[in-house]
Amino acid sequence: MDALKSFINTLSYPWFSFTLSLVLFVAVVKLKKLWTHAGGWLMLALITVFFCGSMLDENFRSVVAKPDNVPIVMMVYLTGYFWWLAMYKGIKNDQAIEAGAPTFEKSESEDKVFTWPDLVFSELICMVVLTVGMVVWSIVLKAPLEEPANLSVAPNPSKAPWYFLGLQEMLVYFDPWMAGVVLPGLIIVGLMAIPYIDTNPKGNGYYTFKERKSEIFLFLFGYIVLWVQLIVIGTFLRGPNWNFFGPYEFWDINKIEPLVNIDLSEIIWIKLLGVGLPSHWLPREIFGIILMIGYFVVLPVAMSKMKYFKRFYDEMGGPRFYTGATLFLTMMLLPIKMYARWVFNLKYIVHIQEFFFNI
Amino acid sequence: MKQLQDLQKAIVKSQIWKSIFRVGIPTDNRKRALAMLGNVVLHLHPIKVKKSGLRMSYTWCMGGTAFFLFLVETITGLLLMFYYRPTVEYAYFDMVDLREVAAFGIMRELHRWAAHAMVIAVWLHMFRVFMTGSYKPPREFNWNVGVILLVLTLLLSFTGYLLPWDQLAVWAITVGSNMARATPLLGAEGPGAAFLTLGGEKLIHVGSDARFGLIAGRTIGGGTLIRFYVLHCLGIPFVAACLMAVHFWRVRKDGGISGPV
Ligand code: HEM
Ligand code: HEM
Repeated sequence: MDALKSFINTLSYPWFSFTLSLVLFVAVVKLKKLWTHAGGWLMLALITVFFCGSMLDENFRSVVAKPDNVPIVMMVYLTGYFWWLAMYKGIKNDQAIEAGAPTFEKSESEDKVFTWPDLVFSELICMVVLTVGMVVWSIVLKAPLEEPANLSVAPNPSKAPWYFLGLQEMLVYFDPWMAGVVLPGLIIVGLMAIPYIDTNPKGNGYYTFKERKSEIFLFLFGYIVLWVQLIVIGTFLRGPNWNFFGPYEFWDINKIEPLVNIDLSEIIWIKLLGVGLPSHWLPREIFGIILMIGYFVVLPVAMSKMKYFKRFYDEMGGPRFYTGATLFLTMMLLPIKMYARWVFNLKYIVHIQEFFFNI
Repeated sequence: MKQLQDLQKAIVKSQIWKSIFRVGIPTDNRKRALAMLGNVVLHLHPIKVKKSGLRMSYTWCMGGTAFFLFLVETITGLLLMFYYRPTVEYAYFDMVDLREVAAFGIMRELHRWAAHAMVIAVWLHMFRVFMTGSYKPPREFNWNVGVILLVLTLLLSFTGYLLPWDQLAVWAITVGSNMARATPLLGAEGPGAAFLTLGGEKLIHVGSDARFGLIAGRTIGGGTLIRFYVLHCLGIPFVAACLMAVHFWRVRKDGGISGPV
């Protein structure tokens, strides 16, 4: 048992679990068999066995059972369930379309029914169920109230409200101006841009996977892997000093993680070229700056010529394509920076402390 | 039984009842339509809906759930306002009282859990709208209204998180609002802020930057509490309610619930 636990603890270390989640994510989206009733039950059973089994562990329980963390468990289950539902219905419709039959929605959408009673009563039932659910939840679980506020005693760890923990987790890899301001801002801008960037006319008003594979894949990647997963990590696996702890690990305040991260400028000027760092920021950071310009300016242009992306370019036209590509590349900066950290201990690509401009 | 039925009939036929519910319980299609048109709440809905959209497995009911939870928040929040005083002296102890002395001692719980649930419901609603491709024309604008509603929902939760004035609250808001320090140009430690000077004086410093504006001071304190309180109870809900009206209006104007064309 202990061996299994420490195995899972090791498995969940970010570089490993993130890689695993990427592989799983791709496999899961591709594996049609999982999006059936049998597959759904299997996944539910696996997660529940893992979850209930883990509840036997004291360290796991003490984190998961914090009142404010209960909704997150709920969110994980609901997100999983609805993800399954959307894929299940999408794949069913895809099969129908392939067979030349109307989609499930199509076969019913010609049919209009009276709002009273059909919709009004389902809404009533929905509200009653929700009310009962909320009241039961409120009776069973007390809202937390800790010690009175004391601004001179910081709890360790100090965590933002749970829905922002994905952003707080990004602070490991980016400075606050990126993780706390620019990236959240771009998430909002990116979401708002979706309807104007996506020119695929298909899949409007029914579930499908095949007709909008790339869109769905990208959205799921952002939503499930980068948003929900980071919240789960930030909530359950980040302890004192924002150090990483496996699910069964004790949150030891004295755990020390060596700080060995170095900048790209140091890697190149000191390690590779063997000369010291130039004192002016421009020559010092020139490689990082070139890299970033290449990433955000040259790469999108190159992408528009690549075979895989060219069809999008032709379909969407320049402005849409470049806006989309910039937003996409910004999103990918996060996993890229994560891996750069894990593989090279990279701290900053560009580090101009003079202007607080660090990427 | 007979008497009960007579009573029901008498009530439904009375002048009071008829003055409120013009149509009565609908028994035919004409009355079903009239019921929807004659009632201010029900008229949010059209008279007829696509059968495909009615399915719970299509909408997941998440838009409606988010709206319902918003209503729960409004009602429980109003009740909490009777007790709660947003000052550093009282806030925490009013919370203690709310949990220990106030009648219906679950208002705080209802309010807090419904807030968490609303955040989740809004995310899932967005997820559903994406998966059915319902942001595509003609619903692009309504998706955007939705994104703003999502931001407002998060801000509502964030401002509310401070109000209990316990360790959990102040430190969560500290962590969250520290980010504002790093706003490009507008934060004291943000990139570019150092360039904004006037006659050699720095324009952006800890006493004037975005974080200062957000928390009304250099550190979290009484000023932050009253600012967040007003935003939480008045400012944001007002804007959100207006946008929800726009959102629902647009659901109808964009052709009702989405479906294959
Ligand atoms: C059983 C769960 C639910 C289902 C299946 C459902 C379904 C729907 C559908 C199909 C529409 C679009 C109607 C149209 O074509 O215009 C809609 C809209 C709406 N729903 Fe729900 N809903 C549910 C729960 C709720 C709840 C609990 C509430 C209120 C607390 C609610 C409030 C609304 C509002 C305000 C609108 C926008 C107005 C409109 O477009 O008619 N829904 N819902
Ligand atoms: C407080 C937050 C929100 C509330 C109360 C709300 C409420 C609703 C309701 C009641 C509907 C009717 C159909 C349904 O229930 O699915 C609806 C539809 C819609 N919502 Fe929202 N919504 C919110 C946030 C959002 C967000 C975050 C988005 C997207 C980013 C969004 C985009 C849409 C779109 C595009 C439709 C039309 C869907 C269709 O016709 O199939 N909404 N909303």
